[in-house]
Amino acid sequence: MSAPNRDTAPAAEAAGDTGQYLTFQLAGDTFAIGILAIKEILEYVPLTQVPLMPNFIRGVMNLRGAVVPVIDLARRFGRAATPIGRRTGIVIIEVTYEEQQLYIGVLVDAVHEVLAIPSSDIEPPPQFGGKIRADFIAGMAKVDTRFVMLLHVERALSVDEMTQLTDLQADSTLDMRLEID
Amino acid sequence: MTLDMELALQTFFEESNELLSDMERILLDVEMDATTPEQLNALFRAMHTIKGSAGLFALDDVVRFTHQVENALDHLRDGSLQLDEELAGLLLRCHDHVKTLLDALAAKEALPVDAGLPLLEELSARLNHGAAPQPSAEPAPAEAAAPSPAEARASAWLISLRLGPDVLRNGMDPASFIRYLHTMGRIERIEAISVKLPAGAAFDPESNYLRLELIFAGEVEIGALWDAFEFAREDSRIHIWPLDEAPAHLAELSGEVDAAEAAALQAVWQRFGLPDATAPAIEAVAAPAAVETAAAVTPRAESGKAVHAEARQPKPPESKFIKVEAGKLDSLINLIGELVIAGAAANLMARRADQTPLVEATLAISSLIEQIRAGTLSMRMIQIGEIFNRFPRVVRDVSRELGKDIQLTISGADTELDKSMVDKLGDPLMHIVRNAIDHGIEDTAQRRAAGKPDTGTIWLNAYHESGSVVIEVADDGGGLRRDRILAKAVERNLVPADATLSDQEIFKLIFEPGFSTAEQVTNLSGRGVGMDVVRKSIEQLRGSVDIDSEPQLGSTFRIRLPLTLAIIDGFLVQNGDATFVVPLEAVIECIELPPAQQQEGTHDCLNLRGEILPLLHLSTFFELGAAPGKRQNVVVVRFGDSKAGLVVDELLGEYQTVIKPLGSLFRHLKAISGSTILGTGEVALILDIPSLIHYATRKESERYSPDGEAGRRSRTGSPS
Repeated sequence: MSAPNRDTAPAAEAAGDTGQYLTFQLAGDTFAIGILAIKEILEYVPLTQVPLMPNFIRGVMNLRGAVVPVIDLARRFGRAATPIGRRTGIVIIEVTYEEQQLYIGVLVDAVHEVLAIPSSDIEPPPQFGGKIRADFIAGMAKVDTRFVMLLHVERALSVDEMTQLTDLQADSTLDMRLEID
Repeated sequence: MTLDMELALQTFFEESNELLSDMERILLDVEMDATTPEQLNALFRAMHTIKGSAGLFALDDVVRFTHQVENALDHLRDGSLQLDEELAGLLLRCHDHVKTLLDALAAKEALPVDAGLPLLEELSARLNHGAAPQPSAEPAPAEAAAPSPAEARASAWLISLRLGPDVLRNGMDPASFIRYLHTMGRIERIEAISVKLPAGAAFDPESNYLRLELIFAGEVEIGALWDAFEFAREDSRIHIWPLDEAPAHLAELSGEVDAAEAAALQAVWQRFGLPDATAPAIEAVAAPAAVETAAAVTPRAESGKAVHAEARQPKPPESKFIKVEAGKLDSLINLIGELVIAGAAANLMARRADQTPLVEATLAISSLIEQIRAGTLSMRMIQIGEIFNRFPRVVRDVSRELGKDIQLTISGADTELDKSMVDKLGDPLMHIVRNAIDHGIEDTAQRRAAGKPDTGTIWLNAYHESGSVVIEVADDGGGLRRDRILAKAVERNLVPADATLSDQEIFKLIFEPGFSTAEQVTNLSGRGVGMDVVRKSIEQLRGSVDIDSEPQLGSTFRIRLPLTLAIIDGFLVQNGDATFVVPLEAVIECIELPPAQQQEGTHDCLNLRGEILPLLHLSTFFELGAAPGKRQNVVVVRFGDSKAGLVVDELLGEYQTVIKPLGSLFRHLKAISGSTILGTGEVALILDIPSLIHYATRKESERYSPDGEAGRRSRTGSPS
């Protein structure tokens, strides 16, 4: 699915201030994640829904025998759920949590390419107007004439924050029910 | 010390701890009935092995203490001393001291050596009193190498090195030993004996043919010298004597080697200026057994004079266990889990392809996998007796301290439990047992007044029940005082004064932090710390504690723990697209849901042969959003003493499943204990029945109660 740009890869390694980023489409915007955090890119497979979880956790999938949670980033950003289409993919990202390596799948609309972006082209995220929580964005990169949002993986996929939300979710279901009744 | 030594030391600590617990168990057994020679031998062996190993690591304080204890045990063994309750108590305290020493060593703390002195005095008093006046310092033949308290110390040493022929191949250079010695003192004389050196083609440059004799001057302990040759002791003949005692050993040394070498040796010693002592020592050669029994494990001086390291390890007693690193076993279990899944997938394929021979082949494989699975799993399971075994001692000590007469009855010690659980259960159980002794069982006077036997009883029991392990600690004491707990709780504002609580709920108040109803604080319990810790540790294991108590009859603490294991037998059910696994142990029966009952709603009830069965509609409860199937079924599950019905669309049957943890992201998720991968590669979630029902109960009670709080109180504990 991915088309790693082989021409830029060696150059990126040579120049210390150039990072390689995987760009992908999500809810109409182009995002990028540093490739070092990325474990692999997969086509969408049907997920197993996990009940009683916040809606941004789409479910779990079987990654060669390991059970991996899949996050709908669009929902995490407070947007509508990612629709499943022909080009929908799952990017498996490695995060460290409590000194353990965890794999988390991220649902994306489409995977584009691997780009080498020199750090001089990366600007700090705008205070507002980024359409998603500012702290989820590590920076904005100019690529050609467009802006690509570099995702702050540790924050956007913060296991701590997500588990807290899970907790809240469990309580809020109770509250919701109370209100309904 | 090198890393290897560190590792070896670790093994020593583990071994010693095992030996010590053996020793403890035997000593406690001994108190109950007559001793057998095997028991005494085992006691002796335990001390002897610890002493020997401690010697290897130059842990002199341990060696010194254990030697004395071993001595006493030796007298017990040969019958010159009788084991009675008093001596057993003394030995138990000695056992404790050794344990303290080892613990201090492991923690790299200063050794509380002095604490052992009174024990040694008591021991020797017993020895002199009970035993025929034997030369108590005379070590048994097997321990000829035992060191004496006065460590040999001299300024000049004779070192005779006959390093093994393979020493070079093993990566050691004899010259490096000499260089090392040089750092410790001065090498006065050194000569090589090369009579063994072959000529011409027979010479193998990788073999060591030399014998080195040297005189070493330095203010060192003999142990330090031995340490220098630590790595060469294997298949080498090394002798170290204080220089002035060396001549006496020449003959003995000569006796070990052939004539040519012996002659060369004598020549060298003469050149060293050592008097020829061959003549009087010939007798010694004739009786080599007397001196050559030294074991390499304890290369220490016989009565502080000379050391022999006949560098052959004595065969350790046949061990019944192989120690395996837990990680290795876990990865093996994971792999077998994969194998189970792969096997199930292959079987599915074969059935789909409709190829009977293939199906049969996969079935044969499945049955083999099943056996491997069972075997591997059982490796991870250990009997709960392992923790129970420490309690006779606790009960004995604590009850004596309190002046109560208490006996402990253990049953179900063979109930198996995951090793990782067993490790974490010890402390909470200890708390409960101590509490039972201290608060549960009354004084003898009170017991008499209540018409009970003087001897109080504490029961430890364990059994499997519907997918859980239940551990009970019961006593026949006065029971929990319901009124006092309630009063205390009201006093501490834990509950409102007008609250109506069930007995269960009141008893559970004792798990609140800082809660104690004891009038006086003893050093055992009563401070109110402990019970909340107990509850916390049990909850960390995803277990629960219940208390039953009858006034004057006693109380029972019931700990219920899940069998968290890598693989469980599950029952597959389907709801819409979602597949769930119900632990098979929890399933009682499956029935069809009468069409009249197929209404909307999360809960309702079913009349199950006259019994009211609360129903939980999984689809609605989990908000799966799938329309209910045409035919719905009820899986009747058991949770403790209660039953509930799970309404599902389809029953898919039994399935062996590997529990895959859901990971940190899902750790707050109650109701689901894990996941598994089906033969089709899909992920299915495993239901945690007790949590699920508990969660549903909570939701329900909050839904119907006017203020939430009171409703929760009056409904917890019952799933209806």
